[in-house]
Amino acid sequence: MSEFISNNLPYLLAGISVGGQYALIAIGYTMVYGILRLINFAHGDVFMVAGLIMVYATASLPIYVSIVLVVVATVLLGVLIEKVAYKPLRSAPRMSVMISAIGVSYLLQNCALYFTGGLPQIYPEIPALTKQVVIGSGSTKMVTLVTPILTIVLVVALVLLIRYTKVGMAMRAVSKDFETSELMGIKINNVISLTFVIGCFLAAIGSLLYFSNYASVIPTSGAMPGLKAFVAAVFGGIGSVPGAVIGAFIIGICENIIKGMGWTAFSDAFTFVLLIVILLVKPTGIFGEKATDKV
Amino acid sequence: MSERQNVLHVENATMQFGGVVAVNNLSLEVNEGEIVALIGPNGAGKTTAFNVITGVYQPTNGRVSFMGKPMICNHPRGKMAKSYKGENGELYLHEHTLAPTPDHITKLGIARTFQNIRLWKSMTVYDNVITAKHMRAKQNVFSATFRTNRKEELRMREETEALLREQDLWQYRDDLATSLPYGLQRRLEIARALGTSPKLLLLDEPAAGMNPQETLELAEFIHQVREKYKLTIFLIEHHMDLVMNISDRIYVLDFGSLIAQGLPSEIQSNQHVIDAYLGVVEDE
Amino acid sequence: MGKKLQAAVPAEKKIGNLIAVVLIAALYVLLYLLDNVLPVNSTTTMLIPVLQKGAIYALVCVSMNLLNGFTGLFSLGQAGFMLIGAYSYAIFAIPAEQHEAVYQYFEGGAIQFSIPQVLGNVLGESGGAFLGAIICLMIGGVVAAVFAALIGIPVLRLKSDYLAIATLGFAEIIRALFMWNGLGRITNGSNLLRKYTSFANMRFQVGGTVIKLDTIFPFLIAMLGILTIVLLVNSSYGRAFKSIRDDEIAAEAMGINLFKHKMLSFVISSFFAGVGGALLAMFQTTVQANFFRSTMTYEILLIVVIGGIGSISGSCIGAFLYIACSEWWLRFLDSGALPIPFVGGEIPVPFFRDGFRKVVLSVVIMVIVLFFSRGIMGDKELSFSGLIRKIRGKKEAKAAAQAAAGEEDAQ
Repeated sequence: MSEFISNNLPYLLAGISVGGQYALIAIGYTMVYGILRLINFAHGDVFMVAGLIMVYATASLPIYVSIVLVVVATVLLGVLIEKVAYKPLRSAPRMSVMISAIGVSYLLQNCALYFTGGLPQIYPEIPALTKQVVIGSGSTKMVTLVTPILTIVLVVALVLLIRYTKVGMAMRAVSKDFETSELMGIKINNVISLTFVIGCFLAAIGSLLYFSNYASVIPTSGAMPGLKAFVAAVFGGIGSVPGAVIGAFIIGICENIIKGMGWTAFSDAFTFVLLIVILLVKPTGIFGEKATDKV
Repeated sequence: MSERQNVLHVENATMQFGGVVAVNNLSLEVNEGEIVALIGPNGAGKTTAFNVITGVYQPTNGRVSFMGKPMICNHPRGKMAKSYKGENGELYLHEHTLAPTPDHITKLGIARTFQNIRLWKSMTVYDNVITAKHMRAKQNVFSATFRTNRKEELRMREETEALLREQDLWQYRDDLATSLPYGLQRRLEIARALGTSPKLLLLDEPAAGMNPQETLELAEFIHQVREKYKLTIFLIEHHMDLVMNISDRIYVLDFGSLIAQGLPSEIQSNQHVIDAYLGVVEDE
Repeated sequence: MGKKLQAAVPAEKKIGNLIAVVLIAALYVLLYLLDNVLPVNSTTTMLIPVLQKGAIYALVCVSMNLLNGFTGLFSLGQAGFMLIGAYSYAIFAIPAEQHEAVYQYFEGGAIQFSIPQVLGNVLGESGGAFLGAIICLMIGGVVAAVFAALIGIPVLRLKSDYLAIATLGFAEIIRALFMWNGLGRITNGSNLLRKYTSFANMRFQVGGTVIKLDTIFPFLIAMLGILTIVLLVNSSYGRAFKSIRDDEIAAEAMGINLFKHKMLSFVISSFFAGVGGALLAMFQTTVQANFFRSTMTYEILLIVVIGGIGSISGSCIGAFLYIACSEWWLRFLDSGALPIPFVGGEIPVPFFRDGFRKVVLSVVIMVIVLFFSRGIMGDKELSFSGLIRKIRGKKEAKAAAQAAAGEEDAQ
């Protein structure tokens, strides 16, 4: 056992790190789904755009100013998407909203393709994150250590926000029942906007951490982490923040261990096998609540 | 009445959702050619009982037989075996579990309508009825696609036309089902159920939302339907006038349990029933 | 009553069908001319691939519409099934002598024959290519359908958005599987499959002249596929599919076996997606798993939306429009300059560079999704009998109005 761990330590560390990054994206999915019952297909692409903004911002601005800019711009983008593409369809069938989300995803990818000219964009080095540190027998980037800690701090803050503040209570109410919440005087549009603000803020942080690990950003960079984060959200029980985080860590770790065993080709596929298994065995996920259709 | 064949026989049916017992140890019988009503205050578990009979829910415990043959059978299992609050949990322990899907039950000959009309919204009146014929047509996807099922298709069309004419819906055949006035939608839903050629028809609050005049007509209509199609009818209803007018026998449900059963005249004077309704009966 | 019903088949429907047949025949004559008679110039060299790809996309979009529009199953696995179709086609259509070159990293591959060649030994080269291609297309469809049946068992029990994400996931798994080196002797791993029978092989030597079927071939296959789906949708099964879309619980209560019918729709849709994928492989002359990403599914879904969810003619119109715009009419958006119509010459526009076309297209799509969500056709079909009825109805209304006016005059 201990031998297994020491052999796989680099993969385990990488897994925890990637898992944390997925977790930050997954929260955006799970919160939006909890409130709007919408798979926000564009969320992964928002994450990718955050990466690109960083690339372009550092070309003319100092790195720490750029980071602030990235976070602000990503949040604005997320809110803009909600206002333009989802809000007008609030009373439309669910399929329409999902199609709109797919349309936004397509648009963002094509815009990214246009601006980058299809060339991979080299991600700037953030010194505090890309510095090498030595752990045990191997060395790794600082980001590997920072990610899980930062993730947990942010998630705890978020859970406290949801549980103990008035805004959090409004969010929980809206996710339980849209119409009744509105009747109770909750401004649902503000709550929804706030959900997107939080989701995109975390996605922006996630993108800073994620891309520091990888050399470059391409227009489809967001698709796969996005899907995996969504799977994580489903795994943990969609609508549940701690569930999404646990799901993300499990997926990140398993994926890297599979890579470590030399099955790299199937590391992505594994995620989806997991998705299908969980949907069949426990469709509501680990922490999900059961909902029944009334006949 | 006892010499008539038994059509539906529910024995000790219990439906428990989590810790809530929606239907508790319900037993009832419906015989051939009867009109039987199931009444009870709101939330008494009437629709749940229907959903158990039609296979939408699997009962936690109990057995339902149709035309003398067991159709649904279950006993508390798994986690439910420990948390089961109903009665007679041991009765069907060693019997064969039967859990047919709703379409299977419909195929056996039980058709139903819904409390809040569930017509196919984007389909025409005609298509709503002919689609109910799909189940019994002798065809497969190839013969249907490549039109080698002409005879069968023609038969379906003839039967649909006949049914729509009989129900005075023929002139609306090309209208969208949802464009019909409310009363006609109710009638269309019954016509669609008749399209499956049932032996037993379950009506879930057929008079809901109707005015007194329409309710009166509905009573007549239900009688006609029974005579014309040689049906047995089991219905849930709130309108006491209607129930007392058309039913041969009545079962009364309250908090999931049967509190009374008998002829309409007996039910009207039953103290338990009056208590359950707390004067609602007097209002009517 | 039977007689009355048969007599009730309206005359305009017969006329409508006749017009449709005549128009389709005329279309094929035009395609023949395009392939064989018309001179090769800049217009025809653009037109032919657009028509070929348009026909292929029409088939794929209609197959997706069968699932999403008619059965109400929001599935996003289309690209995966196209991939299976494309690979199954290509694997059996690579000539034996090319295996060494194509499967150079996998010792020439495991399958050492090609169906078009085997048939070619009997039927002659072009006959073998034609029939062989059709058989391989069928194989593509059947393999995709078999995969769909297997995948359907678990996923078709899921509800709307979970189904979407599970099918999307399966498409990714399939892609990983086909790129896996472990299957390299069959799928060639992540390398290209090439040299197989393509549209350019659809040529017959009759006497001294060569008859080209480059464009007719995909049109023929696509039309047969779409026709089958049209017949299916208008059959008893089609009605059952629509009832599931409208209200699952009511459908089940009316005796429709949900799982069986969803499975049928899923398998049939995947069959035609497979055939479409195989045609796409023929069109491109090379195929690689990475080409069939979820973006492709999104693209197809968006075309279905443009055409109108639940409208087969809408999907066809949408497919041709989309392909024409993206491959031809909007090309100038990528070229760096705006051509001036009629006069000639160009105005240089700096932001017209690579990728701008796609941006414009996706903005247009978003506008359609948000403001014209019913698409071009809504859930209506383009039908000549309907058109005739409309015109006749107008005439009758006019006649009635005139008669009324006449009466008034008389008074």
